[in-house]
Amino acid sequence: MTVAKIELIGVKKRFGKKQVLDGINLKIDKQSSTVIIGGSGTGKSVTIKCILGIITPDEGTILIDGVDVTHLRGAARDAVMRKFGMLFQGAALFDSLTVWENVAFGLIQGRGMNRNQAKDIAIQKLAKVGLGSDVAYLSPAELSGGMQKRVGLARAIAADPEIIFFDEPTTGLDPIMADVINDLIVSTVRDVGATALSITHDMVSSRKISDRIAMLYGGKIIWDGPTSQINQSGNDYVDQFIHGRAEGPIKMAVKA
Amino acid sequence: MNIVAGIGRAVLALLASLGRIADFTIRSVTSIVSPPIYGRLIAVQILRIGYFSLPVVGLTALSTGAVLALQIYLGGNRYGAEAIVPQIVVLGITRELGPVIAGLMVAGRVAAAIAAEIGTMKVTEQIDALTTLATNPIKYLVVPRLIAAVVSMPILTAIGDSIGVFGGYLVATQNLGFTGSIYLKNTVDFATRQDIMSGLIKASVFGFIVALMGCYHGFNSKGGAQGVGAATTSAVVSSCILILAADFALTALLFHTA
Repeated sequence: MTVAKIELIGVKKRFGKKQVLDGINLKIDKQSSTVIIGGSGTGKSVTIKCILGIITPDEGTILIDGVDVTHLRGAARDAVMRKFGMLFQGAALFDSLTVWENVAFGLIQGRGMNRNQAKDIAIQKLAKVGLGSDVAYLSPAELSGGMQKRVGLARAIAADPEIIFFDEPTTGLDPIMADVINDLIVSTVRDVGATALSITHDMVSSRKISDRIAMLYGGKIIWDGPTSQINQSGNDYVDQFIHGRAEGPIKMAVKA
Repeated sequence: MNIVAGIGRAVLALLASLGRIADFTIRSVTSIVSPPIYGRLIAVQILRIGYFSLPVVGLTALSTGAVLALQIYLGGNRYGAEAIVPQIVVLGITRELGPVIAGLMVAGRVAAAIAAEIGTMKVTEQIDALTTLATNPIKYLVVPRLIAAVVSMPILTAIGDSIGVFGGYLVATQNLGFTGSIYLKNTVDFATRQDIMSGLIKASVFGFIVALMGCYHGFNSKGGAQGVGAATTSAVVSSCILILAADFALTALLFHTA
């Protein structure tokens, strides 16, 4: 039996009175691409942040390569973090650094690589996401939203991570740029040979970048299966969500 | 009953807040002694916190020294004690006004800037990005600012003290009829090593407070622009209050007066 690359067992997280995650169970195989779908505020970002160790779950276990990382701290956590790359929703580029310094950040600060060597790698990774070396010396504020996402993607793959997380990769982009980013995600994940976990509510993006989809609702994974079978899920919640219908079992909360 | 519950909630919120500040302080201080140490970032912060605060601290010190000389002369005049102007100016500036004025000026300028910068990084997920890039945000953002503030503030205060004494000298010699050489001799003869060192120790502590409050409120900012604005205000207000409280405690401790 092969060990899952990422496994969540009964993960729970509460903020104040709100139970955001209520026992998440999810297995993600090595070199697969999984997308977690779900409405706004259903806990998709919290799930990823729990795996990354940015948020500590109240209950449950998170395994990476079969090793419990739920409560890791210090050097042990740093070692796990070196397996990860992440593309943030707003790219989260450091505005005090140039584009190449952003891309090379994990190599220089996280792995102690010398600046010249890291700069060469950064420029190679920028080329991989379709950006020329002239962009390397600009500051993030000089880039468009789409270019910032590309730089964020270059930063996510700079250290050839084993697992890449994508947080709403196409949000805020026009449809053409969204498709460009989707193509880049598919090609870079394939080239790096990484396992990908994305969260989005963009169904076009979900279908394109994933081979498996899981739907989060009410703090639980209510459906999990191959992307090709999502239209035949037989789950009313999934059907309502993927077709974007106002009518159905999911009632949108007017107040938080 | 509602009043009692309200007071209870307020006390619990205050205790929770104190607990969070204590936890943040311990994590920050323990991070200072463990590698990696980001030397380049410390140098950048010394430039921002120390060097770029020089004009505002120098100007306020000059004005404070000048006003102090004038007030002491006018007050002393009532008892025929005008001659003590240089002694009281140097004592007041080095022990008290130099570090406190520098602390408050740096609190206004630096605590606000730190809280705004780190707060913006928080709400735009740049701090989460640091974590995903295997970089400890406390070590990368807080430690360099703490070290820079603790090192810069005494230097800034020493320069401010000199400018403040010079402000008193200018007023005394130009307006109040003091002889320059006698004024300087009285100043140098009267000031002790303890007067100067106590002010510099205070300045270091004030620097720590300013950087810590800026970082703490930045790290705990929530929401968007409004949250960053609130964090900036809280950083300045809490820095100023803590500086004044620490000033009293340090004066009592250093001069055994309490």
